[in-house]
Amino acid sequence: MKTICLLFEIHQPYRLKKYRFYDIGADHYYFDDYANEEILKRNAYQSYIPAAKMLLEMINASDKKFKVALSLSGVAMDQFETYCPEFLDCVRDLVATKCCELLCEPYAHSLSALQDPEEFQRECKAQSKKIYETFKFRPKTFVNTGFIYNDEIGAEVAAMGFKGIITEGAKHVLGWKSANYVYNTTAKHSVGLLFRNQKLSEDIALNFQGGLDARTYMSWIEQSPADEKVYTIAMNFDVVGGIHPASTGIFEFFKALPRFAEEKKITFSMPQEVFENIPSVDTASVGHPISWDGYDKDVSAWCGNELQHEALRAIYSISERLNLTKNDVLKEDYSYLLSADHFKFMSTKYGTYNPFSPYESSFDAFSNYMNVVSDIQIRLKQEFPEDIETEELNPLVKQIDNQGKEIEKLQAQLAEAEAKLAAAGIAPEAAPKKAPAKKAAAPKKAAAKKSSKKAEK
Amino acid sequence: MFGWEWPPHILGGLGPASYGIARGVVNAGCEVTFVIPKPQGDEKKDFLHIIGATNTPIVWRDVDWDYVQKRFGYCMDPQEYYDLRDHIYADFSNMYVNDMGCIEFSGRYPQNILEEINNYSIVAGVIARKESFDIIHAHDWLTYPAGIHAKQVSGKPLCIHVHATEYDRTRGNCNDDDPTYMIERDGMNHADLIMCVSELTRRTVIEKYHQDPRKVIAMHNAVDPLSPDIVNAPVKRGTDEKVITFLGRITAQKGCEFFVEAAARCLWKAPNARVVMAGSGDLMEPMIRLVAQKGLADRFHFTGFLRGKQVYEMFKASDVYVMPSVSEPFGISPLEAMECGCPAIISKQSGCGEILSNCIKCDFWDIDAMSDAMYSLITYPELHRYLQEEGRKEVAEITWEKVGQRVVDAYKRVLGWN
Repeated sequence: MKTICLLFEIHQPYRLKKYRFYDIGADHYYFDDYANEEILKRNAYQSYIPAAKMLLEMINASDKKFKVALSLSGVAMDQFETYCPEFLDCVRDLVATKCCELLCEPYAHSLSALQDPEEFQRECKAQSKKIYETFKFRPKTFVNTGFIYNDEIGAEVAAMGFKGIITEGAKHVLGWKSANYVYNTTAKHSVGLLFRNQKLSEDIALNFQGGLDARTYMSWIEQSPADEKVYTIAMNFDVVGGIHPASTGIFEFFKALPRFAEEKKITFSMPQEVFENIPSVDTASVGHPISWDGYDKDVSAWCGNELQHEALRAIYSISERLNLTKNDVLKEDYSYLLSADHFKFMSTKYGTYNPFSPYESSFDAFSNYMNVVSDIQIRLKQEFPEDIETEELNPLVKQIDNQGKEIEKLQAQLAEAEAKLAAAGIAPEAAPKKAPAKKAAAPKKAAAKKSSKKAEK
Repeated sequence: MFGWEWPPHILGGLGPASYGIARGVVNAGCEVTFVIPKPQGDEKKDFLHIIGATNTPIVWRDVDWDYVQKRFGYCMDPQEYYDLRDHIYADFSNMYVNDMGCIEFSGRYPQNILEEINNYSIVAGVIARKESFDIIHAHDWLTYPAGIHAKQVSGKPLCIHVHATEYDRTRGNCNDDDPTYMIERDGMNHADLIMCVSELTRRTVIEKYHQDPRKVIAMHNAVDPLSPDIVNAPVKRGTDEKVITFLGRITAQKGCEFFVEAAARCLWKAPNARVVMAGSGDLMEPMIRLVAQKGLADRFHFTGFLRGKQVYEMFKASDVYVMPSVSEPFGISPLEAMECGCPAIISKQSGCGEILSNCIKCDFWDIDAMSDAMYSLITYPELHRYLQEEGRKEVAEITWEKVGQRVVDAYKRVLGWN
């Protein structure tokens, strides 16, 4: 029996405000709140919320035969929490039906998989945690930013314990092979690999003009070779209601899918079911990174020109050091700067003007971003003095951290002892006893101070 | 074609542009006769035929071959003098003419420019009767009356080329009875085809000169490749500091006060930069005073007027070139700077921005954006390198050959040949 894996991607970056060079070092807020709120809400009310309600209705109407997968980036979730929490409730309702799987992706919808394996791991962990905290769901399937994938990324994802990965069915990688099977990664054969069906996905995402009907669409799947079992159809969620507004009939198209699927004996599955139930046919090796972008299906839209290389270098060069800090605001700002969108705005692949970019040109995007990076570098310098190497810094930070914990522990003991003494009613004697106890703690404190002074030096 | 300037004797941007267009048109397979007021004999004319207005008789004089050879031999064949003399069409003996029956032209922009323009159109009548041609092409308002005259004599279509408009030159403050404006509008009214150096100028022509949009097209200029001696010339640089350059007339039209404000902001933040203002003009003194008020005179340099090779040397020694013009029909200098490997920041109100994508554009009044662009270019080397390389490649693609081909295609449309 054939099955459809339907996947929607939901992401909105924190767009940067106009950040001029004279703001560097003076203004530490980088984000265009107005634009972010406006764009998020517009998308939510036009597309995300009605589309999520539509999915819920489809699940209920089909007696839970309809299944779907969603991937929300962490930065989008942060924005929903601030501006539009009702959408998260819609997703909670979906997850509660157990017919909606949530996938994991890098928290910031970043390019860390290509740039910095450690940052990549951190982001995936943060994202899993965020999804669990928000929806009480543990993601088992991974989909990278822009469906970017190669063997190395596969190995890293496998090492993190995911059961399967979804990527683009790029023709230059698949060659004669069909995307409609389950494959496995080169690193770990138990980790499955699903390739997006490019044609079926783009028929909806790009070419849907109201001319396509659900019966025809399903008959394409029915008429494909009998042993091709899995059809991964993935697109941005705003395709439903946003890119193709309700007036095109996109909602009706989706609502009709389960009925015709049933007619033609086609089922819907969540990715994790596919990876569990359908055995892999072969190992798929991907040398150069592929993505779902444009015609080339490569990563040139994010890191194709020198400007993008430089910006990526600048932001990832401070990632290790930045993660040593305890300053959560700084960390959060940093992670928002990692979003792949910032680099796509600098693309010159299709000319210097990008219709989805808030900037007038790629050069504007670059200089604005670099100004922000300059500022975050200054903030990092204030956090840690520049002349200490990151390697040196790490043990020092740990030492301070450990000593801090030790002090807390000792103070807790002290308080406990004092409480006991007070309870025993020997308060008058407590005074002389208290002094030595304090003294015992004091040298440690001094030591801690010394080492922190060392760190400052 | 009717023109006013021809290399090497140029006074502004009109000469090189007319030369480039004429060469491009010849390249596209046309024969060109180019009329200029006063040839010096050393003009570049290997690919076309040049007639001097000052060598064209309008009053019959009986002169012998040797005398013509002696007087005009440096720039024309005596036979041509006789051929032209055969086409004198009216009695101009009341005019002030010399021993050859010709009017003396200065070939420059004298006080009596209107009289000179009128004389030029009288001469054009003789030339139009003698030459055989399919279309008339008049460069800039000085030659429009000549073009109209030639059209009326020959019945051939007239194409006029708008390199600048009075409306731009006066920053929008020109009256309907201003003689230059009237000459321009008269030329446009008579023209069958109006070529403007940019979409910006095209809009001005349509809106301010009330022309039919169907006959107005944009025909962007191009730039000549650098000669090898300029390419190989050593870069003269005394310091490691970054140099931000303004080059042009220091006048209100060029937006110099916006440049000073923007550059000052950049200098306050970037200690390793210097600013050069090259050129002269009526606002130079106020600008020097403004810089002194801001306490930046030690890093703000005024070079005065630069000519010829000095311009290219300046570009090669600069890290950023800024053209903040308030209104610029085309503006060739950013292209020249980019040829020399100097990234350019240009105002959106400049025509050349329409064909350039590897440069930074901002509004002339947006000094925040302008100073930010300056800062980015001197602070982020990748941006500088990218714009330098891509800019050079981009400008290398903008050639007079392509412009010539487009001009000829437009001719053919007007003539109904395709």
